[in-house]
Amino acid sequence: MYLDNSATTQVSEEVFKEMEPYFIEEYGNPSTLYGIGRESKKALTLARERVAKAINAKPDEIIFTSGGSESDNLAIKGIAFKLSKKGKHIITTNIEHPAVKNTLGFLESLDFKVTYLPVNEEGIISVEELKEAITDETILITIMHANNELGTIQPIEEIGKIAREKGIKFHTDAVQSFGKIEVDVEKLNVDLLSLSSHKINGPKGVGALYIKKGTRVVPLIHGGGQEKGIRSGTENVPGIVGFGKACELAAERLDEHYEKLSSIRDELIDKVLTTIPESYLNGSKETRLPNLVNFRFKAIEGESLILLLDAKGYQASTGSACSSNTLEASPVLTALGLDPVDVHGSLRISLAPESDAFDVDEFVNTIAEAVGRLRQMSPLWNQELDYDGVMCKKDHDDCRRC
Amino acid sequence: MDYSEKVMDHFANPRNCRMMEDANGVGTVGNPTCGDLMTIYIKVNEDEVIEDISFQTFGCGAAIATSSMITEIAVGKTLEEALKISRNDVAEELDGLPPIKMHCSNLAADGLQAAIENYYENNQ
Ligand SMILES: Cc1ncc(COP(=O)(O)O)c(C=O)c1O
Ligand code: FES
Repeated sequence: MYLDNSATTQVSEEVFKEMEPYFIEEYGNPSTLYGIGRESKKALTLARERVAKAINAKPDEIIFTSGGSESDNLAIKGIAFKLSKKGKHIITTNIEHPAVKNTLGFLESLDFKVTYLPVNEEGIISVEELKEAITDETILITIMHANNELGTIQPIEEIGKIAREKGIKFHTDAVQSFGKIEVDVEKLNVDLLSLSSHKINGPKGVGALYIKKGTRVVPLIHGGGQEKGIRSGTENVPGIVGFGKACELAAERLDEHYEKLSSIRDELIDKVLTTIPESYLNGSKETRLPNLVNFRFKAIEGESLILLLDAKGYQASTGSACSSNTLEASPVLTALGLDPVDVHGSLRISLAPESDAFDVDEFVNTIAEAVGRLRQMSPLWNQELDYDGVMCKKDHDDCRRC
Repeated sequence: MDYSEKVMDHFANPRNCRMMEDANGVGTVGNPTCGDLMTIYIKVNEDEVIEDISFQTFGCGAAIATSSMITEIAVGKTLEEALKISRNDVAEELDGLPPIKMHCSNLAADGLQAAIENYYENNQ
């Protein structure tokens, strides 16, 4: 059973069907005037309308991109470069996706100043602290809607109001929230909003940036002037068509999916916390996506838990360093102020709307068994071990400098 | 992670994974902050042979597999022989480890050494 839907999702049958004609039959370039090109152009127009409708925007406010990462880059660099004469200060949080975080890191190397707002133990920022962080130099606020590891939701509406009052551009990364909770650009008071197709049962490598009418950005990709000159390059027609369909379906089924997923989620949280000793929920219990939960279990390490669960047919993920390529423990979980040792014992489960056959009891028992087994092996479980004396050897070659 | 079958076997069926009440050498290495901590217990007889060895590990699949493997390599060896078990020996016996996991192999070798040093300290 695939429980890593916040990493990516399966393309749905309906989406695939919608895309199929645009590979072999309707392969025309949308910029050309003859029949086959016109068909592609029509398909793009329809897709744009569908995406716009799903977030309550106008079609000409949608710029198609290669995905969430590009949308984040375009929004942030695009505004930063556009407004750098006005100021060079940007405000964000310390739990952003790398597509935002590393883009801001790059801008710092170009002398932009970035304020990283901390989150509380629930994973949520303080609006008061945001207000205090604003200066005359602030040109952009970029704060994600829902976090990809925790599933917690930021007060975007409120932040948007503040940004608007102060005349500061506001971008949100809605890659994880879109299709799970309502994403309405008018209600959220945003100027820019990133979307990605592959998180909502659409194809990979396509996404969109909503740019509110009147907001100007410097393009990242210059060329033939497609997408109003903001994103040149012949459009990924089949991908965009699939994305459009996925948006339509996601919007149609939003309420139904929300009901279904949040009830499974609540059952899961309840059963894990009551069945497994020393287990905790990471991030707020209430202010979270319906499909995403993140637990931590004392005295065990996440990668070994993932391996045991995989052996039982469940694919989930972890925030532990040991399963990442960088050997860096999840900065998001660390930002919650958790003991670094505990960060390693985390497990992220993200459900698909079609999780009908998901037997929560069976899954919780499997986790309980795996956790129990690892704890039996662990020198940190039920032992008065003085591991403070085990010092990291920072001068060794093999030190991971964590 | 691309683990060899042997790593997966030692991870799924770890050998000698238990606490040892009557150990006469105990070594703990690693740093739980970095995600691994390993304790190796040894029982050494009068001939300085490792008669029994066990481990407890908090860590990833590779950390558990390397601890398990080193107990198999070291059991029945004299302390002198056991001290010669190198970091590479453990990885080799496991048919290799992903490069990023090589430190786990180091950890196991260091853990055994620490246990032996502890035995010497206790029995001077
Ligand atoms: C919050 C968030 N932003 C951005 C991205 C990047 O999206 P993409 O994979 O489409 O580039 C992801 C997904 O990995 C995400 O979860
Ligand atoms: S091994 Fe973690 S800081 Fe050195």
